[in-house]
Amino acid sequence: MTILRQLSQDELSTRLSADGLPLRIGPYVYRIRSKLRTIEDGIRTLYSDFEIANNDDFVDYDIALQQKGLRQHIHHQLEFLFDGTTPFNLIPLGQAYAFLEWGMNWCVSIHANEYLKLHAAAVARNDSAIIMPGVPGAGKSTLCAALGLSDWRVLSDEHALIEPDSGKIVPLCRPVSLKNDSIGVIKSFSAKACFGPVSEETHKGRVAHMKADLHSQSHQNQPLSTAAMVFPRYSPDDPQGLSKRRRTDSFLLAAYHSFNYSLLGDTGFNVMKNLIEEVECFDLVYRDMDWAVDAMNTLVEGRHGA
Amino acid sequence: MSFLLKDALLNPQSVCTLNNTELNQLLSQARNSRLLAALGVRLADYGVLESLPYAASRHLTSGVVIHEKQRRDLHYECEKILAVLAPLGEKLVLLKGAAYILGNLTAGRGRLVTDIDIITPEASLARVEAALKQAGWRGSPMSAYDEHYYREWGHEIPPLTHRKRGTTLDVHHNILPPTSDAQVDASILWENLLEVQPGVYTLSHQDIVIHSATHLFHEGEFHHGLRDLWDIDRMLRDFPRYDSDFWNNLVPRAQSLGLTGSLYHALSYSAQVFNTPIPKEVLTSAESPSRRLRKPIMDFLFKRAFTPDPVQRRLPFRNIALFALYIRSHYLRMPLYLLLPHLIRKAWKKQLDTDHSELERGKEAGE
Repeated sequence: MTILRQLSQDELSTRLSADGLPLRIGPYVYRIRSKLRTIEDGIRTLYSDFEIANNDDFVDYDIALQQKGLRQHIHHQLEFLFDGTTPFNLIPLGQAYAFLEWGMNWCVSIHANEYLKLHAAAVARNDSAIIMPGVPGAGKSTLCAALGLSDWRVLSDEHALIEPDSGKIVPLCRPVSLKNDSIGVIKSFSAKACFGPVSEETHKGRVAHMKADLHSQSHQNQPLSTAAMVFPRYSPDDPQGLSKRRRTDSFLLAAYHSFNYSLLGDTGFNVMKNLIEEVECFDLVYRDMDWAVDAMNTLVEGRHGA
Repeated sequence: MSFLLKDALLNPQSVCTLNNTELNQLLSQARNSRLLAALGVRLADYGVLESLPYAASRHLTSGVVIHEKQRRDLHYECEKILAVLAPLGEKLVLLKGAAYILGNLTAGRGRLVTDIDIITPEASLARVEAALKQAGWRGSPMSAYDEHYYREWGHEIPPLTHRKRGTTLDVHHNILPPTSDAQVDASILWENLLEVQPGVYTLSHQDIVIHSATHLFHEGEFHHGLRDLWDIDRMLRDFPRYDSDFWNNLVPRAQSLGLTGSLYHALSYSAQVFNTPIPKEVLTSAESPSRRLRKPIMDFLFKRAFTPDPVQRRLPFRNIALFALYIRSHYLRMPLYLLLPHLIRKAWKKQLDTDHSELERGKEAGE
């Protein structure tokens, strides 16, 4: 078994620019090919502890970022390739790294239907998972990053993958995507935070990814049971609090923010129903990061007196 | 002509001996040809889906899930469209993918659709469109030129999208544009409709094949050319089993519609690519001296159009061939005095739009 950090700088850059580097990420193998320096830097920083798959392993998602032709060079643009096709328009060079990560999300969002995919972050403490669905901007990624820096295990920043048969959540740990002010919030939250290349002026503003596999079990693949569903909401004005919320509308909200709930039909409904029956649901309103992490600790230690 | 996807579709057992690299190639070919779900269904039918490594089979199953969802949606949408058409005394006649799926054809198994195509007599078009708009179907905003293009030179009205459900509906009044080389008398299509569900019709077996062939060989973009040819292969193998006169009537029917050329290509390439068993005299009766003369060049072009990408070894001049077919399709669609100004206008507009839209699609990736 080879871990990425065992490759020399030259080996990494050769493999990325030649046939592509196959990385084991959660239940999948992504093969990434690119000659771009920023992609190489980002991967070396953020994926250093990931396992490199063998060349003859099955590849789930074959992706590449490349600059092709005079026009793309003149306009400082590049293209994203999936399976040799270009599903997106050209990307500004300065946003290359953010697009690699988004493209990797897209692969799962579009192609994987063996799981119920909730649009949610997921974290774990003591082998029980907490799913955190959230509308964009609700602060789920920021909280997820802070928890990852506080001895929690990050299971995913984007996709909570629920196995239909077991109802358990399958870890897909990748770097956490942070935007604008969140980047500074996390940097001041912990000196341990390690960031990849910053992409400026994306449609989401300034974007940077944080290394998220900091836990000793980050690269284990066993599915976990879910203990709670927490709907985080960052608000500078409202009082902070962790309060129980009804399962019924938690069901609806989480299903609404799912990538494939309706696609799965009956299966989607049954998986969601079983999940919601076994978890408790909470609203978490926060403005202070330390307080929010504490509240989450309280929750798993069963000290929450709701 | 041999490639992994063809072998897997025709001989599902063959996938059992593939290594991971070959499986990867097979799935890419299937995905890029929009045949992932069809392949999944076919492998499941032969009991070989289970014997594949889970890492590969789950991608096929994921594709089948999308097909199943489309199938459910299609049933629902058809109920809704039927409720609009029935009070007008109009029949709901489905074309293409929707017809294959709701008609329970083998070609509909694992078939993916992007929109629903229906056909209505030209005389009823205005009231059908008005009733659909009343029921929540909307045209999307388009330039006066595009609107004019559809209305004057098209065989369908601009696509309608349902304002709540987002499904797209293409309402046709003919199977070819009125400006094209072949002038199709659409009224005879109504003679032999098949009722596949109460109130829901498809064209007759012969007409479905002829339409599918016409659509494919007048279509300029061959991204799903192989998928369309697979549809044709499935139908040509299937229909003779239900209808003993299928082969006898096929070419004469194409002749009375003026579409023998497209049918000839369909028969010939279906046999070449998918080894479809076609009686020799049927193929001969669709042939003509000029078709025989042009065959080498057509073979050169279409061989490239029907090879999936990526293949183990890409045929040379593929992009040039696809471009030539694109030009050919336009040439078939309109006379030159209409075509040239249209293409110039399109090219010019495309250049203008490029800079505005380039980032837009990129942005979607991050949503």
